Amino acid sequence: MLSIKNLQAKIEDKEILRGLSLEVKPGEVHAIMGPNGSGKSTLASVLAGREEYEVTNGTVSFQGKDLLDMPAEIRAREGLFLAFQYPVEIPGVSNMNFLKAAVGEIRKHKGLEPLTAKDFLKLVKEKSALVELDGQLANRAVNEGFSGGEKKRNEIFQMAMLEPKLAVLDETDSGLDIDALRIVANGVNALRSPDRSFVVITHYQRLLDYIVPDFVHVLYKGRIVKSGTKELALELEERGYDWIKDEVESVKA
Amino acid sequence: MAYEGDELLDDITSKEYEFGFVTDIETDKAPAGLNEDIIRLISAKKEEPEWLLTWRLEAFAIWKNMREPEWAHVTYKKPDFQAISYYAAPKKKKQLESLDELDPELRKTMDKLGISLEEQKRLHNVAVDFVMDSVSVATSFKEKLAELGIIFCSMSEAVREHSDLVRKYLGTVVPRTDNFYAALNSAVFTDGSFCYIPKGVKCPMELSTYFRINEGGTGQFERTLVIADEGSVVSYLEGCTAPQRDENQLHAAVVELIAHTDAEIKYSTVQNWYPGDKDGIGGVFNFVTKRGLCDGDRSKISWTQVETGSAITWKYPSCILKGDYSIGEFYSVAVTNNMQQADTGTKMVHIGKNTKSTIISKGISAGKSQNSYRGLVQINKGAANARNFSQCDSLLMSDRCGAHTFPYIEVKNKTSKVEHEATTSKIGEDQIFYCLQRGLDEEQAISMIVNGYAKEVLNKLPMEFAVEAQKLLAISLEGSVG
Repeated sequence: MLSIKNLQAKIEDKEILRGLSLEVKPGEVHAIMGPNGSGKSTLASVLAGREEYEVTNGTVSFQGKDLLDMPAEIRAREGLFLAFQYPVEIPGVSNMNFLKAAVGEIRKHKGLEPLTAKDFLKLVKEKSALVELDGQLANRAVNEGFSGGEKKRNEIFQMAMLEPKLAVLDETDSGLDIDALRIVANGVNALRSPDRSFVVITHYQRLLDYIVPDFVHVLYKGRIVKSGTKELALELEERGYDWIKDEVESVKA
Repeated sequence: MAYEGDELLDDITSKEYEFGFVTDIETDKAPAGLNEDIIRLISAKKEEPEWLLTWRLEAFAIWKNMREPEWAHVTYKKPDFQAISYYAAPKKKKQLESLDELDPELRKTMDKLGISLEEQKRLHNVAVDFVMDSVSVATSFKEKLAELGIIFCSMSEAVREHSDLVRKYLGTVVPRTDNFYAALNSAVFTDGSFCYIPKGVKCPMELSTYFRINEGGTGQFERTLVIADEGSVVSYLEGCTAPQRDENQLHAAVVELIAHTDAEIKYSTVQNWYPGDKDGIGGVFNFVTKRGLCDGDRSKISWTQVETGSAITWKYPSCILKGDYSIGEFYSVAVTNNMQQADTGTKMVHIGKNTKSTIISKGISAGKSQNSYRGLVQINKGAANARNFSQCDSLLMSDRCGAHTFPYIEVKNKTSKVEHEATTSKIGEDQIFYCLQRGLDEEQAISMIVNGYAKEVLNKLPMEFAVEAQKLLAISLEGSVG
């Protein structure tokens, strides 16, 4: 599904990713954890194709294709979805129109006929229920005036509508209370399937109680320095990140 | 109102100015230059009554003593008024019994503009008065409207058939002395639309005029007069396109609206005249005076404009709120790209008691363009409890364009209330990236964001034209982010 090899990236002159490698197979859920400033969000941005980041080395293959060679919108149409840490507001553009255009482009890319208005509405109804999103929200402008929790639920709703192959969740848990967290996690779990993979970026173990990962990786200084199963997340919760830092530094020394 | 993504894409792929074609019809064109003889020629050609010729000549005398205004935030090479031909009419000028008799070339022009009259009739229930250069060629729906006593015809015809009405109202809202271009227009106007809605009549359809400048090197001086008598209601739309030409073309129109007691006029404009090329060569100079008079109590005048074309736009559709409880509204989207310049806004003059005005202006600047909002809110002494709300937003699409706001507020009555809000923002790279990440391309993203930004105004347009206006915004801003 996704194969990242020795990825190095910088923004302006600051090196952030320094040789990151990761293999994600279909149906797997990988959690990426790490202290602040370790490069978690950069990884999400580079995968999604933000132009401010310059990839200086390494390869990323997505479903056998060179991901780094594709413009951002083609990555999206090929099935890569990013749930943003800070979803932006687009005043005056209704969620429905926005999604209709997005679904239309993605279907076109796949060679599918556009959905009829009726089928589209049916899909909206079905998918918005997944994240307990009020029908009214679908008619409001994209994220405008949404609470933090509503924005994150809207991200998962969009993900459900666009049916990606690979979803990258960038700190989807940040700013959520426990109820919202549960709703978002339930939405994600409902979308888990043998041919859909997830990369869940989070600072806290809490989210992983709800979205149980197959693998947990620790990102530090732009590299994955430790990988394990969900028990690793629990250990991090208990011991913090310092012992990992110490381990890395002692190896270097 | 949603546009269909595919349609929009199709439109966007046609990169050149879409309406850049020239219709090949023989035209009857006056020699270049302006003097009393030319004015006499225009008046004679149009078989006008003596009073109008006198009126024109007086205007010409006024104009000769006026100077071109220089206060607007625009720079351009002043037109040579002696190099312009002031009259161009399609030669085959006989009265038509039906639209089928129209010159086939002219029909083609209309088809390219997307206003096939039959289509309009059948689909939109819109009456179209098509103005090509200076002479109104055909007016549809006239009979249907006549049954209700509504007069909707070309200004030339109105001058001949309804001389008293024209004489009573012409120049009452925009006097000949008003400004340089209004005086010039009064001297040489060739055609335009005339509309009269009798007492208590609600006009059952949108009245629409398509203006089009066709002949190279001609100025177009439209004169439009809309009168809504007591308790009547009318919605009027003008759409403008001009073919691509290298020399600048002058357009100096005057539009006067009069709303009597309890009457309501809604006037909508979609303007996409040729803006010139990327380097600012060519394009239309659009120097227009538009003003409405809310003469009677509880009358209402509402201006909605979507301005995407012209090299230079200088235009302030205004409302004189004379009647008590009268209402003035101004909703505007002005887009400038490349080297375009726009200085546009409104004036709301509160005279009557309890008068109310609303101004919503959305400027969008791209490329190296300059986009200015200039507005006056004036509350006179007697305008007790007058209310105004103004909101002026600017959206910047590049680092090289300019957005400017010049609000003037004069308040002479203590019981009045005036509110002004203004924002300036740059189109967010975050917003564009968000759209890209959902599978939209950059053009779609910009179109969506800009249309969302302008939605408050677009929603005020009659339904059929809102879709067209949305597409226009997208086309005008092609490749404009940077």
